[in-house]
Amino acid sequence: MASLLDKFKRGLAKTKSGLFDEIVNLVQNQYVVDDDFLERVEEILIASDIGVETSLAIVDDLKEHVNRAGFNQSGELIDFLKSRLAARLLENTGEKQAPHDFFVPDVKPFVIMVVGVNGAGKTTTIAKLAKGFQTHGKKVLLAAADTFRAAASEQLEIWAQRVNAAIVKTQHGGDPAAIAFDASKAALARDVDVLIVDTAGRLHTKANLMEELKKIERVLGKAIPGSPQEVMLILDASTGQNAIVQARQFKAAVGVTSVAVTKLDGTAKGGMVLAIGHELNLPIRFVGLGEAVDDLKPFEAQTFVEALFE
Amino acid sequence: MFQDITEKFDGVFKKLKGHGKLTEANVSETMRLVRRVLLEADVNFKVAKDFVAGVQDKAMGHDVLKSITPAQQVIKILHDELARLMGTTDSQINESGSGPTIIMLTGLQGSGKTTLAGKLAKHFKARGQSPLLVAADLQRPAAVEQLKVVGEQVGVSVLAELASTPVNVCRQALDVARKSMNDIVIFDTAGRLHVDDELMQELTSIKETTNPDEILFVADGMTGQDAVNTAKEFQNRLDFTGIVLTKLDGDARGGAALSIRAITGKPIKFISNGEKLDALEKFHPDRMASRILGMGDIVTLVERAQGAVDEEKARKLEKKLRRQEFTLEDFYDQLQQIKNMGPMEELLKMIPGAGGKAMKGMQVDEKALVYVEAIINSMTIEERRRPNILNGSRRKRIANGSGTSVQEVNKLLNQFNMMQKMMKKMNKQGLRGMPRLSF
Repeated sequence: MASLLDKFKRGLAKTKSGLFDEIVNLVQNQYVVDDDFLERVEEILIASDIGVETSLAIVDDLKEHVNRAGFNQSGELIDFLKSRLAARLLENTGEKQAPHDFFVPDVKPFVIMVVGVNGAGKTTTIAKLAKGFQTHGKKVLLAAADTFRAAASEQLEIWAQRVNAAIVKTQHGGDPAAIAFDASKAALARDVDVLIVDTAGRLHTKANLMEELKKIERVLGKAIPGSPQEVMLILDASTGQNAIVQARQFKAAVGVTSVAVTKLDGTAKGGMVLAIGHELNLPIRFVGLGEAVDDLKPFEAQTFVEALFE
Repeated sequence: MFQDITEKFDGVFKKLKGHGKLTEANVSETMRLVRRVLLEADVNFKVAKDFVAGVQDKAMGHDVLKSITPAQQVIKILHDELARLMGTTDSQINESGSGPTIIMLTGLQGSGKTTLAGKLAKHFKARGQSPLLVAADLQRPAAVEQLKVVGEQVGVSVLAELASTPVNVCRQALDVARKSMNDIVIFDTAGRLHVDDELMQELTSIKETTNPDEILFVADGMTGQDAVNTAKEFQNRLDFTGIVLTKLDGDARGGAALSIRAITGKPIKFISNGEKLDALEKFHPDRMASRILGMGDIVTLVERAQGAVDEEKARKLEKKLRRQEFTLEDFYDQLQQIKNMGPMEELLKMIPGAGGKAMKGMQVDEKALVYVEAIINSMTIEERRRPNILNGSRRKRIANGSGTSVQEVNKLLNQFNMMQKMMKKMNKQGLRGMPRLSF
């Protein structure tokens, strides 16, 4: 796991001031926890897209903690913040299920439907997932059900070749539900372990496109009863508070079961996952840390929080 | 989702009633609320802080508390100040004095560059110009292919050299453009993280080699706090000339607009709104201000209505209304036109105040419209024109045909009757003030 933290650090080091340094500086210069100090902590939390509500709640916790127990050195405050953040993440998210088991599903074929807004990183994440399954000796089939965006299926096809997975596709403008159906049948016929369905990016506010997504899900369920076992929502780490709305809407439409956060190798901290886990009870399963096919790592609450503070 | 901002400010001002002017002592609670509103809209916290400090001076001294509606007064100050900071509606592309105008598109992965390239090409072609699209994204799988398809869709030629490097393709494009008389050249560069030194260097090289007239920073309108970090770095490296915001057709409040504008000082030139290739709009600072404040966007609503409503039908309908001949058929047409405008919930959100009190907890039942449609579809043309002939057995047939119940058919007919009565009343009072009733 050292490499994961390193990757995080490399990204986060580029923001000039880590949360940790800022807090240490604040305390060393002031030696008191006053309103100004608390406001700065609040700002630092807000700056990682944790959201106003959650930030205020955590700052209140900190205030109350200091009032009750006091503190001797800045490290204590940081430990307290870390534990509060981690507790919030752990409350509902991932760690219950060991992330490595994900690549060894006990259902066959295991069907994953990947959804999200435009440009979130769905296709790239699918390639990484395919690689993960193949590393565990699983036979993977990809379904190019994004028939809307220009060259989307070509993009998936190139990835399929790179990770050596089979693919089912149609021409541009075809019916995505039909692709999902054909792919399901192919998965059964070819004795495939895992079927991953790519869908077109869509904003959660477009009712007709969300209906289309529901249809894909229904069709999958008819072709292979019980599927899709996993509906994974892909979120761009740089997204702000709208990420929560996205998660809520996608969950309402197609019963999202998990989240993957992409592009965490930039300076965006992806703090919105705290609110998503907390409010929507959705596990954060993976984080995307680059464009290479191995850059998908299991999400770990503790590491995530540590990285925020480095 | 959004609590009405007016409601929030009302709450604060109730406590301040009788204080006359806003003073330093009582302004702080108001400003805390302002800050919170901005933060919830994803405005960067530093930008929000500066904004609050600036607006505080403006708000103090105004006789806002004497006013009957202090909340509205403060919101107006906020709104105007936001709009002012976000700049002008001037979205002209910098044109080249001699030779083709070169536009370079840059930004993070997935911000919408390739789609924007297609939209810009279409925009210039419609103005009678001859654009050339240049595939300088040799990074993402099938990005070149995507641009080719987009170019085909808008009927614009695409330069693609897979074996080349991005810098060389762009250099080569200038020769191609001169030879084939293209007056606009659009570079679609690969998405990259601002912390990726090597790839950022590549952009600098393209800039130095080709000297573009316009470098656009393409940013996702849903971006959160990190917008400032990205924009700042792209600014440092490239000194870009303008900003384009994408994906604002969703429901993000779009605070990134203010953040990026404030941190770079560059003009926001376009809004890239939607996946269709003509969804390119001018940037309107006042509308963006309303949006950031969660106040709805009545102007866009009206524009959508204009887009969706068939003028000819509207005129006919108006005549019918005057002659009191409004039938179920017309009613059905109206429903269709409203449906063309987009999902009901989205429309309601654009109505100022609809985010708040009046609509709280109200769920728009899109299904109800489907039933109405089905019922009308199950009627004969004669029945639609003369609903009075609908006796019991006809109603039963319609209920069966539409998969509804006689009660539901009755309900619709009652509503329709009421509407007709209302229209008669309006006719008596004259249709003054509503020259063109469109829905």
